[in-house]
Order: sequence, then structure tokens, then C-alpha cells
Amino acid sequence: MSTFSTTRATLLKDLRMEWRSKDAINSMLFFALLVVVIFSFAFNPTAEESRRIAGGLVWVAFLFAAVVALNQTWARELRNQVLDAYRVSPAPPNALFLAKALGNFLFVVVLEALMTPLFVVFYDLRSVGPVWQLVVVALLGTWALVVNGTFFAALSIRTRSREIMLPLILFPISIPALLAMVDATTSILTGEASPDFWIKMLAVYDVVFTAVCLLLFETVLNAE
Amino acid sequence: MKNIFMAFVVLTVCLLAYSTYQGLFVAPTEQTMGEVQRIFYYHVPSAWTAGVCFFVNFLASLLYLWKRNPASDALAAASAEVGVMFCTIVLITGPIWARPVWGIWWTWDARLTTTLVLWLIYVSYLVLRRFAAGGQTQVLAAALAIFGFVDVPIVYMSIRWFRTQHPSPVMGGGENSGLDPAMLHAFFWNLLSFTCVGIVLMVIRYRLQKAEEQVEAAHAAVALQGGSR
Repeated sequence: MSTFSTTRATLLKDLRMEWRSKDAINSMLFFALLVVVIFSFAFNPTAEESRRIAGGLVWVAFLFAAVVALNQTWARELRNQVLDAYRVSPAPPNALFLAKALGNFLFVVVLEALMTPLFVVFYDLRSVGPVWQLVVVALLGTWALVVNGTFFAALSIRTRSREIMLPLILFPISIPALLAMVDATTSILTGEASPDFWIKMLAVYDVVFTAVCLLLFETVLNAE
Repeated sequence: MKNIFMAFVVLTVCLLAYSTYQGLFVAPTEQTMGEVQRIFYYHVPSAWTAGVCFFVNFLASLLYLWKRNPASDALAAASAEVGVMFCTIVLITGPIWARPVWGIWWTWDARLTTTLVLWLIYVSYLVLRRFAAGGQTQVLAAALAIFGFVDVPIVYMSIRWFRTQHPSPVMGGGENSGLDPAMLHAFFWNLLSFTCVGIVLMVIRYRLQKAEEQVEAAHAAVALQGGSR
């Protein structure tokens, strides 16, 4: 089977299962909603202030919510030894990884699309800079979180105390990506600085870590 | 082999004594900063040694993924632990110096932040090693080590840009611009002795790791034979 068809089959299977159960998206949504409400109580910002801090709030909320979905990525495949079956099958391992990463990417993007209106309402957000740049930052930033997150979820699923392990190894590596997302978002919202460097930086981060993930995934999948 | 190592340990102890004497007594006192500048002789060599350890960790992890030999995994584990220790020394001695000289304990400057993130990454590496189950530990740890090493230049680049947009603290004109020859002398002796201490600790930790693995293998063999003595 080719990489493309395997990726498509696995991705469609995951999307169908998610569409029927809505496990990941519901828990992520509710979690992100809680974070938004709690931050709103904790900071109680004015419109001017919230433009400055929103970049940080939004991305911290999405990061925490994404971990909820990422943790469930491989759990389903452990039941009935699906992962072992995959290992002995001739299907390319990177196809599985890409499907999982794309699936998580779609979940988190849907989450962001649903949560953004809430942020706008609760924090009275109005962007000074062009909004389409925010979309670019969101897509690049989400891929940065999700590609490493999917990989590290495959690492942490093999450890004791799985759920705790993922954020512990994901957050340190993601610090530059998070910094880039937050600063790009803040510069667009306030319109005070150009986000160009940060967008390029996110693109570099995405390319580098996608390459590293694809290089190492087979090794990790077959680790005994 | 054992004798050579013992001789190296003795040499390291002598070097450390000499370089400490050089740093604390022989090197001249800095004019504006005063005695606190002497922490420089410990701070920078520790940072250098931590860097060497993390580089060894990266090479050993690559070698492990390639050859799958337990020796390079043991070396990776040993170098990460020793590196985290030296990195901790850097992060502690830095603020002690910065408080009287800069007037602040900490600032989100490029080098400081990169060191902190480096520390976080390798602590998470050690946590993963501790929590991973059974025979998978080595591969998982090696994979994470490569991620961590690739991340460091990106972190440095991003923080540098982050900070160049803001006024940076009094950083220029520091020790690097025109170090007194006597200070340079003390500095290089300390650099050498700290590197040797790092090597000694890595070798000891490496042997410990190998011994631990042998004990585990022996336990597993006993368990396999069904003997619960």
C-alpha cells in the first residue's frame, strides 16, 4: 500500500470514529471553555489590556486543550493490540504518523474555530492588524504543537503514568514555538510590530520538527 | 584501564585545587564588580562543561539509534545527568553574580533563557528515562535527546529576536571585552579542571549505569528461572 492511501484510510477511520463518539472534541472544548472563563475571572481585563494579553491566553488555553486530545491519540490503538498489528503489516509507519498528526491537527483547528468567537465575546477583542495573518499563525502554530505532540504521545504511551508524561516532555521542546505564536498574535492584535519574523520562525520550526518526527517515528514505533 | 582512570582522578583533584587557588587568590580583583566577579571562574567553565555533556548525550543517542549497543545508551544517560548538574550550577551562580552587578536576579535575556530551556529539556529527558518501562527506555530516550538537541538553536534564535526588540540589560563590556591576562590564566585553568571533573563524573556515572543494568539483568534471569529466593 502506498503512503498516501494508508494515510487517507487511517485518517478517515479516525475522523469517522471521532465523528461518532466526539470524545476528543467534546473534552477539548469543555476544557478550553473552562480555561477561558477562569482566565477571565483571574485577570478581568479591559479591552485595551486584553489585546496585549490575549495572545498568551489564547495559546495557553489551546495548548492545554490540545494535550487532552493528544493524550487520546494512541490509546485507542493499544486496545486489541492494533498497534502491534500495524507493526507487522507492510504499511509504511510514517503514513500512520501523518494520519494521526493530521487528525489531531483537524481536531485542534476545529476547536480553535469554535473557541475564537468566545474569546472575542469574553475579552472584547478587536484586531488592529490584518486578521488573515492570525489565520496563518494559527495554522502554522497548531501544526507545530500537534506534530511534536503526536510524536511525544507515542513516546509517553509506553511509559508508566502516561497522561502526566506528555506535557512534561512536550512543553519544554515547544517553548520556542509557543513564544513565536504568542508574540505573532500579540503583534497582530495590537498592530504595533510586524509578525513576519515570528511567522517565518514558526515555518522553520514546523519544517525542522516534521522532518525529525518522520525520521524517528519508525524507530519509536518498533521500540521493544 | 582502572589504573589510568585513578591517575586521571588524582590529576583532576590536583588541577581543581590549583585552579581554585588561581581563581580565588591569584587572579586580580575586578575594579568595578569586586570580589563577586570571581564567580565567573566557576560560572563559565560550568556552562562549557554542561554544553560538552549535552553534546556527548546527542552523539551517544545517535550512536545508540544506529548501533543499538547498551554502552552508548549508558553514556547518554550518564552525560545527561552530569550535564543537568552543571547546568544547575550555571543557573544558580548566574543570579548570585547578577544581583549585585545588574541589580536584578534574573532577566529574560537570550543566553539566560536558552540555558533555562536547555535545563528544562534535559530534566524532561531524565524524567522520561525514569518513567519509561522496560526495554523501550533506551530508544524513547534517544529519540527525545535528538529532539532536545535540535531545539536548542531554535530556542536561542527566537529568544534573541524576542529580546532585541526590547532594551537589553547591561550586558556589553562584560568580561569578554579585554580580560586581564592574569584573569585569563585563572579562567583557562578553571576551564580545564571543570572539563576534567565533568569527564570523571561521566565515567563514574557511566560505570554505575552499567552496573545497574547488570543487576537488573541478573534479577530478570532469576525471575525467569522461577526462583523467588
